[in-house]
Amino acid sequence: MSDIILEMKDILKIYPNGIVANEHINLSLKKGEIHALLGENGAGKSTLMKVLFGIEIPEEGEIILKGKRVYIKSPHEAIANGIGMVHQHFMLVPSLTAAENIILGVEPRKFGLFTNMEKAIEVADNIAKMYNFDIDVRAKVETLPVGIKQKVEILKALYRGAEILILDEPTAVLTPQETEELFIQLNKLKEKGHTIIFISHKLDEIKLICDRLTIMRNGKNKGTYKTEDVTTEEISRLMVGRDVFLEFDKEKANPKKTVLKVRDVSVKNKLGNLKVNNISFDIREGEILGIAGVEGNGQNELVDILTGLNENYTGNVLIFNKEAKELGIKGIRDLKVSHIPEDRMTYGCAKDMDILQNVFSNQYGDEKYSSKYLLKSKAMETRAEELIDEFLIKCNSFKQSVGMLSGGNIQKVVVAREFSVGPKIIVANQPTRGIDVGAAEFIRKKIIEFRDQGCAVLLVSADLNEVFELSDRLAVMYKGEFSGVFTNVEELTEEELGKYMLGLKKDEKLEGIIYE
Amino acid sequence: MSKTSKLNILRTALSIIIALAISFIIIYFISEEPFRAINKMILGPLRSRRIFGNVIELMIPLIFTGVGVCIMFSASQFNLGAEGSFHIGGLVGAMAALWIPLPSFIHPLVAILLGGIAGAIFTFIPALLKIKTSSSELVSSLMLNYIALSFGNYILSYFLKDPKAGAPASYLIPNTARLSILINDTSIHTGLIIAILVTIFGYIFLYKSKTGYEIRVAGQNEQFARYSGINIVKVILISQLLGGFIAGIGGSVQLLGMYRRFSWIVLLGYGWDAVIVTTLAKKNPLYVPISAFFLAYIRIGADIMSRTTDVSPEIVSITQGVIIILIVAEQFLSKYRHKIITKEAKSLLDTEGVE
Ligand SMILES: Nc1ncnc2c1ncn2[C@@H]1O[C@H](COP(=O)(O)OP(=O)(O)OP(=O)(O)O)[C@@H](O)[C@H]1O
Ligand SMILES: [Mg+2]
Repeated sequence: MSDIILEMKDILKIYPNGIVANEHINLSLKKGEIHALLGENGAGKSTLMKVLFGIEIPEEGEIILKGKRVYIKSPHEAIANGIGMVHQHFMLVPSLTAAENIILGVEPRKFGLFTNMEKAIEVADNIAKMYNFDIDVRAKVETLPVGIKQKVEILKALYRGAEILILDEPTAVLTPQETEELFIQLNKLKEKGHTIIFISHKLDEIKLICDRLTIMRNGKNKGTYKTEDVTTEEISRLMVGRDVFLEFDKEKANPKKTVLKVRDVSVKNKLGNLKVNNISFDIREGEILGIAGVEGNGQNELVDILTGLNENYTGNVLIFNKEAKELGIKGIRDLKVSHIPEDRMTYGCAKDMDILQNVFSNQYGDEKYSSKYLLKSKAMETRAEELIDEFLIKCNSFKQSVGMLSGGNIQKVVVAREFSVGPKIIVANQPTRGIDVGAAEFIRKKIIEFRDQGCAVLLVSADLNEVFELSDRLAVMYKGEFSGVFTNVEELTEEELGKYMLGLKKDEKLEGIIYE
Repeated sequence: MSKTSKLNILRTALSIIIALAISFIIIYFISEEPFRAINKMILGPLRSRRIFGNVIELMIPLIFTGVGVCIMFSASQFNLGAEGSFHIGGLVGAMAALWIPLPSFIHPLVAILLGGIAGAIFTFIPALLKIKTSSSELVSSLMLNYIALSFGNYILSYFLKDPKAGAPASYLIPNTARLSILINDTSIHTGLIIAILVTIFGYIFLYKSKTGYEIRVAGQNEQFARYSGINIVKVILISQLLGGFIAGIGGSVQLLGMYRRFSWIVLLGYGWDAVIVTTLAKKNPLYVPISAFFLAYIRIGADIMSRTTDVSPEIVSITQGVIIILIVAEQFLSKYRHKIITKEAKSLLDTEGVE
């Protein structure tokens, strides 16, 4: 078959800790197709792609590119072979600018020696415009929110002109509009004859854009299908090995007294730009306030203020009637406020420490787990095992380093830790990012359970389904302000919401955001 | 998992062997009598009880500075002030011994405690500078060590100096303050017991206590620690105060156990060596005595070799260097290690068969 561009044959990958991540996997790609790779968290998708990109060396198996066997031992060789990859956890240099990251390794030169910076910025800017990505290529990567970092990663791979492009969960952090834009570009690439491997947990996206799909489970290939030949239900069944029920009922909220009161809050970033502009809202016990919006419109800054990470703001934040600034991070956490951070690798975990040490960072001081000075190891171990079971964290044992878990499983560690304190307020920023369908529904159910027990929830999510499904009230953030508030989420349509998200519509009264 | 820990031990052992082998090759080329030299270096320390005692005596100060540095490095506070703390600890220990008359037993304890406090104050300076001015503790502690030395020389010349002693040295340390000998025919003193206690304390503190946990989390990812509600300022302060305290104790123990007068007019180097000890021990206080013992052993061995043959003791620096490089090099032996694991995992796969 001449239209097969790449074949991976009998790939066996065993990690140094003995985990068999790929168990004799076969995968073949046709030239000019978009091929989806799906499977639960920890199924081995990222690993298989890392093998293809030369980051991991397989124990057995071969890679055949255009009919010739190739040995890819480093990303450098992968790139030389026309393979590009967008990583699930970004591989960007934080202290460099977006432009520098995009051109890194293939810089335009001045006098054949120095990087031509003006040229670099121009090149990066052009390519960003070409793909309709709205980013400031002069900004340092460390200052960028994850959504933008993701775009920089995508541009970096596209700039290298990959013939085969691997995208490991590129849409996890994108908004629907951005995803749509990306898909247009991917289709263009496909028309030009590029081949794309697309990893995602969002089945509707896969149905929308992919020609074929391969399902992985427990490190094995469970079959390759034409997208139109399988239904979403079938895909879920193949992935999980049993039927998955995605629907569940949510009772009407029964909110009680206000526990989080935000008044006239504004904050500027380091460059002096106003990121949150005079925002006020209330959340009561037993309700979920969703915040929708295109990433970068002040959601993260707002979350940082509520959780005590940023104290350089004006206005008032009252948590159980106490001023947040006076409480500090620890004080806020002591009031049982949980925080699922947007950037799990920076704030959410210590990747070189084991699971156990990661799930107790917010509660080791609890008398269940420590006396005045010493930790109670036994109790901690028992609890860690319970959490691993409850949150379906795929691992060897609680002694496994978090950095050695799959992306979705790292997220589960973060969620398990934040949910296990018996929270009274949850500030959840993209809680199910990167998590497979089954586990995501589990987490959403948990959030509703907490709500029904009287917990107040602030949910920031780029996943519109999630926002619709969970929110009792919904606010839209645009340019640091609320552009709309909806108290009857059931009646709201996606189109309508989209207009507020893009700033086409603005509601000046914002009724129902504050309780008197 | 025990298989991997066995492999870790194998790795360390093998790096030591390779390092020694390299040293031997060098000795072979530079020495007139290479085999005698190597023999002296390897077996010399075992020749007599007294010489083996020297190894233990050298191990004791290394344990103190090693445990101290373990604590600071676990917090990712690269404070190299253990050297200065040790020096000041010895100085203050001597001052306390000379100036505060106390009955025996109590006397050394008070002197050691004061030495520890002085050591803590010393490492506190870079910590404070870091918190107040975000200056790197690495640089400031490095510089401060020389201030510690000069300060010690000043106190010695103006307040402690015994004019009757030939070289610059203090008055005789009173017997009430000196640490008694623990093992006959050697100079191994009761400081060994304190060193063991400090090791156990260091381990429990770092790995079993709440504060130790905070220190390690902050050392691994400071932003995660802050987000979790851990007080970063507290971590920076406590780790360095405690590290300096332990190094300071080490200084006074060394002085009261091994010296009749305070006569340190140069830095003794136990603080620098502690970085090697800590690296070998992988920042775990429990392994500090072992790595301190090893370092002491090759130092004494090299010393004997240089005194009895034509090889200079600097050869040990090469051995040390190679060992450190091999141990720090993650990739060393990883191929072999991976092979074993792959084989194991595959045999499991085969027996499991289909799901
Ligand atoms: N560096 C590593 N060292 C050891 N084990 C690892 C490492 N990376 C991944 N694993 C293990 O390999 C398995 C497969 O992980 P992989 O990252 O390929 O999953 P994935 O399918 O991409 O999952 P996700 O959807 O969560 O991203 C997991 O069980 C994980 O624990
Ligand atoms: Mg993955």
